[in-house]
Amino acid sequence: MRSALSALELLEPRSLSHALALLRDAAPVVPLAGGTDVYVLLNAGTPSGTRYLNLQRLDGLRGIARRNGVISIGALTTFAEIRRSALLARRLPSLVAAAREVGAVQVQNRATIGGNVANGSPAGDSLPVLAASDAVVVLRSADGVRRVPFDGFYTGYRQTVMRPDELIVAFEVPPVPGRQWFRKVGTRAAQTISKVVLAAVRAPEPRVAFGSVAPTVVRARRTESVLASGGTLNEAAAALMTEIAPIDDLRSTAEYRRRVAANLLRQFWTETA
Amino acid sequence: MRFRLNGKQVDVEAPAMKRLLDVLREDCGLTGTKEGCGEGECGACTVLLDGQAVNACLVPFGQVRRRAVKTIEGLGGRHPLQAAFVAEGGTQCGACTPGMIMAAVALPKDATPDQIREGLAGNICRCTGYEGIYRAIAKARQAEGGPPRTVGRGSRSTAGKPGRRQRTKSSKRRTGR
Ligand SMILES: Cc1cc2nc3c(=O)[nH]c(=O)nc-3n(C[C@@H](O)[C@@H](O)[C@H](O)COP(=O)(O)OP(=O)(O)OC[C@H]3O[C@@H](n4cnc5c(N)ncnc54)[C@H](O)[C@@H]3O)c2cc1C
Ligand code: FES
Ligand code: FES
Repeated sequence: MRSALSALELLEPRSLSHALALLRDAAPVVPLAGGTDVYVLLNAGTPSGTRYLNLQRLDGLRGIARRNGVISIGALTTFAEIRRSALLARRLPSLVAAAREVGAVQVQNRATIGGNVANGSPAGDSLPVLAASDAVVVLRSADGVRRVPFDGFYTGYRQTVMRPDELIVAFEVPPVPGRQWFRKVGTRAAQTISKVVLAAVRAPEPRVAFGSVAPTVVRARRTESVLASGGTLNEAAAALMTEIAPIDDLRSTAEYRRRVAANLLRQFWTETA
Repeated sequence: MRFRLNGKQVDVEAPAMKRLLDVLREDCGLTGTKEGCGEGECGACTVLLDGQAVNACLVPFGQVRRRAVKTIEGLGGRHPLQAAFVAEGGTQCGACTPGMIMAAVALPKDATPDQIREGLAGNICRCTGYEGIYRAIAKARQAEGGPPRTVGRGSRSTAGKPGRRQRTKSSKRRTGR
């Protein structure tokens, strides 16, 4: 295992344009940010490739700033940095709440939001928040910039519209109208209970996004329109059941996840009333 | 490759994708940093990278270039936390202890009992039941002139059982992956 790691190559781009040129010309190349997903795979003996691209020194991919009313969050921003951001605490508190839930301190100090999204696990804690806040994924390649609405970023389980020659450089989040709500239901000790994540916004046009209940993060549009048109909570929960597709796995059953998802929806709606 | 190791500038030849954990143990001869799980769950390999606690089993050596790494050896053996862990039964088999102490070193000076628990939630101990560890940290903080806080049971209902909390934290990632 260790000698196998020593044989892997780490490319050191001098700049973003150099990194993008390497992605185009030296393919296949795997971007490496905080490594908290990449190294778990390497340590398990199932590497994602033999050539890696060190993103750490691309300072243009860092930082949280507000430009023309839109918050831009660099792809290399760590969850620890998100937790410390006064701007996010004011404008996007649900992302701060999500960051707090990612692993432990050691992971938060390394794990980046870009890696969380690119990795694309449906259990990624930042995903429902980005979905509920109508975030835009900013992709760059040697050819130029593409802006993809977060809701259209995933096409299937761990499948995205991102091309192999592209990097996520940032997320852009427009002002979120209304009250933000976030809750993650995690595992309990010694129980095979898994987690469901809900990020939501209470507004005349409510927004509801669930994690861990389908192959991708789910923006529950039908549920939202039931709530927007004054439907009852039961009607909204019924709509939700048509929009999620949880699975049975080691940690919990699909039925359990459906119940938790409906309960979270109720909790969101009553707490923000 | 140049970086700072325990306060000294060093130049170490090792492959860039080798884990920092292995470079420390094999190339630098610093075996105080332990390997438990090798997947970010247990915290035994915790070191400080530019002052922040990280899992050395998940850090590529190439990413420490020109940065500062601090390991348990860098505390010199007489750090108040080291003395307190011995005095308070914060260590038994010792496998978790270097990582536990490095995570404690990284805690803010004014950390509350809840923040101490949260800051150590990524460090698993199979021996002590955690109470000795929390006592040791409280004692070391007093010795260093910090607020005389006890980090005992029941400071918050969800954190009342350290063992459970540890397992909760460490197992939650597996779902859906
Ligand atoms: C012990 C442990 C606990 C965890 N707990 C949680 C949890 O509770 N919740 C949660 O959501 N996650 C959890 N995670 C996973 C979380 O750490 C990762 O998803 C993290 O956010 C990935 O970021 P990274 O910078 O480490 O990515 P890396 O590991 O460097 O990369 C991950 C993937 O994204 C790609 N990539 C990275 N950056 C970019 C970019 N800018 N553009 C294009 N592709 C890119 C890489 O090629 C790779 O495929 C946990 C991980 C560990 C080890
Ligand atoms: S060995 Fe690194 S976290 Fe367990
Ligand atoms: S003292 Fe043995 S694992 Fe903590």
